[in-house]
Amino acid sequence: MCNDDVYSPLADGFVPARAACARLFAESVSAAGPGDVRRALDKDTLNEKDFALLLSPAASDELETTARRARDETMRRFGRARQLFAPLYLANYCTNRCVYCGFHAGSGLKRRALTPEEIEAEAEALHVTGLRRVLALTGDAPRRTGADYIAAAVAVLARRFSSVGIEVPSQSVEDYARIARAGADGMTMFQETYDPELYARLHPTGPKRDFAYRLDAPQRAASSGMRSVNLGALLGLGDWRSDIFMTGMHAQFLQRKFPGLEIGFSLPRIRPAEADSAFRPSPVSDRDFVQALVALRCFMPHACITLSTRESAFMRDKLLPLGVTRLSAGVCTGVGGYARPTPKNNVQFAISDGRSVAEMAADLEKLGYRPVFSDWLLPGGGDLPLAGALRNALSATGTGA
Amino acid sequence: MLQTVRNDDTAGDPLILGGERLVSRLFLGTGKLGREELIPDLLRASGARVITVALRRVDLSHNSDNILAHIPGDARLLPNTSGARNAAEAVRIARLASACGAGNWIKIEVINDPRNLLPDGYETTKATETLASEGFIVLPYINPDLYVARDLLNAGAAAVMPLGAPIGSNRGLQTKEMIRILIEEIDLPIIVDAGIGAPSQACEAMELGAAACLVNTAVATAADPVGMAAAFGRAVAAGRAARLAGLGRVLERGSTASSPDEGTLTGFLDA
Repeated sequence: MCNDDVYSPLADGFVPARAACARLFAESVSAAGPGDVRRALDKDTLNEKDFALLLSPAASDELETTARRARDETMRRFGRARQLFAPLYLANYCTNRCVYCGFHAGSGLKRRALTPEEIEAEAEALHVTGLRRVLALTGDAPRRTGADYIAAAVAVLARRFSSVGIEVPSQSVEDYARIARAGADGMTMFQETYDPELYARLHPTGPKRDFAYRLDAPQRAASSGMRSVNLGALLGLGDWRSDIFMTGMHAQFLQRKFPGLEIGFSLPRIRPAEADSAFRPSPVSDRDFVQALVALRCFMPHACITLSTRESAFMRDKLLPLGVTRLSAGVCTGVGGYARPTPKNNVQFAISDGRSVAEMAADLEKLGYRPVFSDWLLPGGGDLPLAGALRNALSATGTGA
Repeated sequence: MLQTVRNDDTAGDPLILGGERLVSRLFLGTGKLGREELIPDLLRASGARVITVALRRVDLSHNSDNILAHIPGDARLLPNTSGARNAAEAVRIARLASACGAGNWIKIEVINDPRNLLPDGYETTKATETLASEGFIVLPYINPDLYVARDLLNAGAAAVMPLGAPIGSNRGLQTKEMIRILIEEIDLPIIVDAGIGAPSQACEAMELGAAACLVNTAVATAADPVGMAAAFGRAVAAGRAARLAGLGRVLERGSTASSPDEGTLTGFLDA
């Protein structure tokens, strides 16, 4: 499984290995033919070269075969259960100028950061939908919404949710540990692109400009005790094939370094509306998107794969069997939008699937899947209220001792 | 048309576990089911009465729309500690289950290996020791390792649940020889958990002398889960019946008679 040439520089993190991974990808893809792809698909376990082959243009001809394997792997590992969650935007102050993002410092967005009371109201509004997993987001404004703010917000959320993830700017190990102690059990980090030159052009100013610090953020989070790490590249910024390959290799590296870490991927395709008008994305077709998804699933059958409301209801439904295991529902991408409606022009990106939590759950059931609202038991809220709620649930059924 | 499996053949041979008399030796999992509403049908069709539920998956948002609402009152709920990565987390989940009235049975799963989902024997034993001393009926999920099983016996486990193959693999009794050793050496019920992908494999485990089998993926991912549950119910009962009836010895070759050319091994005694 291990490719020593690629992983030998890994002692210090993924940064030293990135270039070797990029070379491996280029070499594997340039030599790929349909026969190579079929041979890779016949293996019980795919190695890094096989993964590269599945992402190659040559593999497009074997997409149906790859999709069938992805479906089988997903069913074997996850059965028919699918997790639901919602993002919760805590604040949109941002000092970065990412050219593709609606939250960037130069946009005319109305800025705000939720107060603890407002976070409580947002949590309550989400809680009544039945969701028990939440992903808390902020922009990158260390003075206004730094680690202290994030930890305090997480502590509020952990009282209501069984799982709290964060999608926030890169933190130090100490700050990740503080946020984890406050109740966060997972982090999501989008490297955006694994191409450092493109990254520099897309992130001209702000703390996020530091490519290497961001690249090692998931490792710092894992070191701090976070249970799960979710990785992703924003597809459409650069070459999707190499960005997906690097995402998978990054995950493989983290899994080897932290065997107990729950690894996940998110697959966002860039959405229009919010970006700098001078920015021109590289379109990723539906066919390419499916190839990315099924290649990731075949390479890492155990990874959770998240699909956001950037994708349409049609695409999300069709991709469920192929490897998607976690979906957002009832989503608002503006700050404070669950308790009070947010103006449409004050969001990070326009969503394509506006189904409510109840509608999403009902549609999952129609498709033969079980919506899972709770998948962990955070100790943050205290066990006694949880036990009380469980006791009520049990007494309602007459089950148990 | 499916009918409820009658376990009359083995009714006189119940599995006594935690002071309870279990007629069916099939346990069912729930983690991969597409619809929780299937649970009563699965239990009815298979005859199973023990059903395990991950406490982390219990949705507390609605009392009536909750996986527990679908478990009949006469079933034995076996909460499990799925998601726990160490003994402390498993103990916490077990205590939570007990505090909420889910009884004192607990299936210990301590897994710190998301890729392969292999259980951690050391942490499992620590959790078992703590929980057994608190009065829990502890059913730990383990690799079929004799030393871990002995430690679990000494720690107060009520049974040992070795894996037949990695979870969800449907590969059957890949660890057959190790499970056989546990059956022979450990004075506890050995319940084969994980990896059983077909009724014939469950039957084989029961013929081998397993006390019971737990099945999840093979039922949940079948095209007809209720039909598959019924098949497993029959297979487990058949395997147990065969075990009780006494299986014939399987010969390595067609005959054990020695060739005249080789002479005999004991002929010298008559010389």
